[in-house]
Amino acid sequence: MTILHGHSAALRSKRRREGLRTLAFLSPWLIGFSVFFVYPLVSTVYFSFMKYDGFKPPTFNGLTNWTYVFSQYPFFWAAMSNTLWLVAIMVTARVIFGLGIGMLITKIKTGAGFFRTFFYLPYLAPPVAATLAFAFLLNPGTGPVNQLLGDLGLPQPGWFNDPTWSKPALTLLALWGIGDLMVIFMAALLDVPKEQYEAAELDGAGSWKRFRYVTLPNISPIVLFAVVTGVIQTMQYYTQPIIAGKTASGVIGAGAGQIYEPGYPGKSTLTLPQLVYTLGFQRFDTGSACVVALVLFALSMAFTALLMRRRSGLITVED
Amino acid sequence: MTNAVTAPPVSPAAPGPARATGRSPASRAARRQELLHWIAVHSLGIAAALFFVMPFVFILLTSLMDDRQALTSALWPRSWNWDNYATVWQAPGFLTWWRNTLIYAGLGTLLTVVSSIPVAYALAKFRFRGRRIAMMLVISAMMLPPQVIIVPMYLFWAKQMHLTGTLWPLIIPMAFGDAFSIFLLRQFLLTVPNEYLDAAKVDGCGELRTLLRIVIPLAKPGIAAVALFQFFYCWNDYFGPQIYASDNPAAWTLSYGLESFKDNHHTNWNLTMAATLLVMAPVIAVFFFAQKAFIEGVTLTGVKG
Repeated sequence: MTILHGHSAALRSKRRREGLRTLAFLSPWLIGFSVFFVYPLVSTVYFSFMKYDGFKPPTFNGLTNWTYVFSQYPFFWAAMSNTLWLVAIMVTARVIFGLGIGMLITKIKTGAGFFRTFFYLPYLAPPVAATLAFAFLLNPGTGPVNQLLGDLGLPQPGWFNDPTWSKPALTLLALWGIGDLMVIFMAALLDVPKEQYEAAELDGAGSWKRFRYVTLPNISPIVLFAVVTGVIQTMQYYTQPIIAGKTASGVIGAGAGQIYEPGYPGKSTLTLPQLVYTLGFQRFDTGSACVVALVLFALSMAFTALLMRRRSGLITVED
Repeated sequence: MTNAVTAPPVSPAAPGPARATGRSPASRAARRQELLHWIAVHSLGIAAALFFVMPFVFILLTSLMDDRQALTSALWPRSWNWDNYATVWQAPGFLTWWRNTLIYAGLGTLLTVVSSIPVAYALAKFRFRGRRIAMMLVISAMMLPPQVIIVPMYLFWAKQMHLTGTLWPLIIPMAFGDAFSIFLLRQFLLTVPNEYLDAAKVDGCGELRTLLRIVIPLAKPGIAAVALFQFFYCWNDYFGPQIYASDNPAAWTLSYGLESFKDNHHTNWNLTMAATLLVMAPVIAVFFFAQKAFIEGVTLTGVKG
C-alpha cells in the first residue's frame, strides 16, 4: 500500500510540476490575451450601452446606440452592403485569379523563378504606398491607365472618383497583390499526385476534364481556405479604401481644418472598420463606435468558426 | 503536414520545349504541339508579368518627371529629374519617419519573436488540459480585426498609461505574444520530430534548455518567416500609428507620414511617387535577401491538416 501511495504522490507532484511549466511557457500570451483581448472586448460591450464622448463621464443610455446604428445612422447599411459586394466580387476574383496565376506558374518552364518573383512582388508593397500608386495610375484625368485606354479607343472609367467604379478599382488593387494566394495555390497544385493526371490522360480526359476531376477535388480544401480567409480579410479592410477615398476626394491636410469622412465617392468605399474609426475618433461617439465594433466582431468570429470546424479541417487545431 | 513547409521546387530550367527525338510525322506533330503549348504558356506569363510590373514602371517614370510634366498625362519623362529623390529624402520629417519605423518594426519584431516562441512551443509539444481551447483562442485573436477593440484600447493607453502620441501602445503589446506569430511558429514546431526532444530529455536537459539548445536551432526557418512577417506588418501598419501617433508628427512612421507627404505635395505627383518608391524599396530589398524564408512562411499559413 505504502509503495502505491508513494507512487501516486510522486505522480501528482510530477503533474503539478508539468502544469506549472506549461503555465510558465504560456504566461506571456495569457497576460497578453487577458489585457489586450478579453478586457477590451468586455469594455466594448460595456460602452455599447453608454453615452460617452471621451471627456464627460459615461452615462447609461440603454439600447439607444444600437437602435441609432441599425436604424438611423445612414452609413451603417452602406458599409454592410459594400462589405457584401467585396465578399462576393473581390474575394471571388482574388481566388480565381490566384488559382489561375498559381496554375500558370506551375506550367512555366523557362525562367520560372524570374516570373514567380515578379508575380509575387506587388504583394509586398506597403498598402499605403500601393494605394497611392493606384490612385495615381487610375487617376481619371491624367493617369496612365486611362491614357492607354483612350489611345485604344476604349471607355475611360472614373475609377476611384466614380461610385460604380471605386470598388472595381479596389479589386484591381487587390488582384495586383495576389502573391500570397499564388504561393499557397502553387504549393497545393504541386502536391496533386502526378499518377492521377496520367490516369486521366489515359482515359482520354482533355485539359478541362483533368482540371475538373483531378485538380479541383485535390485542391478544394485550399480553395475553401482561400475563400474563408479572404472573407476575414475583407472584414478588416481598412487602409486601402480609406487612402483611396481620401486621395481621390482631394481632401488634404491632417488636422488642418479639413476632415475626410470615409466613404468617398458617395459612401461607395465605406467598410465597417472605417465606421469604427469615424464614429469613435472623428465624432467622439464612443457608444455607437462600440456597436459597430461588436457587429464586426460577430461577423469575423462566425467566419473564423467556419475555418476551425472539425469536419472541414482547414486549420487543424489538433496535431 | 511535412510537405506544407517544403519550398515549392524550382522547375528545372529546361531550355525551351523538351526535345523530342525521332523523325516520324507523329513525333513531329507532338513536338509542334509541345512548342505551341510552350509559346502559349509563356505568352500568358509575359502578359501577367506586365500586369504586375507596369505599375512599378509608371511610378518610377513619373517620379523622375519635373513638377509640371507630372501633372500632364505624359508617360515618358522629358527630363530625368533624379534630384526628386533628394528632395523627398530631405523633406521635413522624412528621416524621422524612417527612424520611427525602424524602431517600431525592429523592436516590435524582436519582442514578438522572443515572447511568442515559448507559447508556440508549449502549444505544439506539451500535453495539457485546455490545449485545444487555447489553440482556438489564439486563432480567434489572430482573426480579430484590430478595430473591434480599438476604442477601449485607446482609452487605456490615453487615460491610464498616458502614452498616446508615441508608438509605445503599438510596441508594448508585442512583448506579450502575437497570435499570428504564435500560430505560425506552432505549425512549424509541429514538424520538429519528438525524438529530438526526448533525446535531449534523456540527456538531462530541462524544458528551457531543450527549447534553447534543440528547438530554436531546428526552428530557425520558421522563426525567420515569423520575424519577416512581423517586420513587414509593422512597416506597413497604417491604422495603429493613425490612432496613437497622429497628434504628434515626431512619432509618425513612414506609412502614416507618406499619406501626409502626399497631402503637402498634392500637386506634385512626381515627388509623391518618389516617396512611394522609397517606402516600398526596403521591403522589396529585404524580400530579395530572404525570398525563401518568406515563401515558406506564406505556404505555412495555408497548411493542410
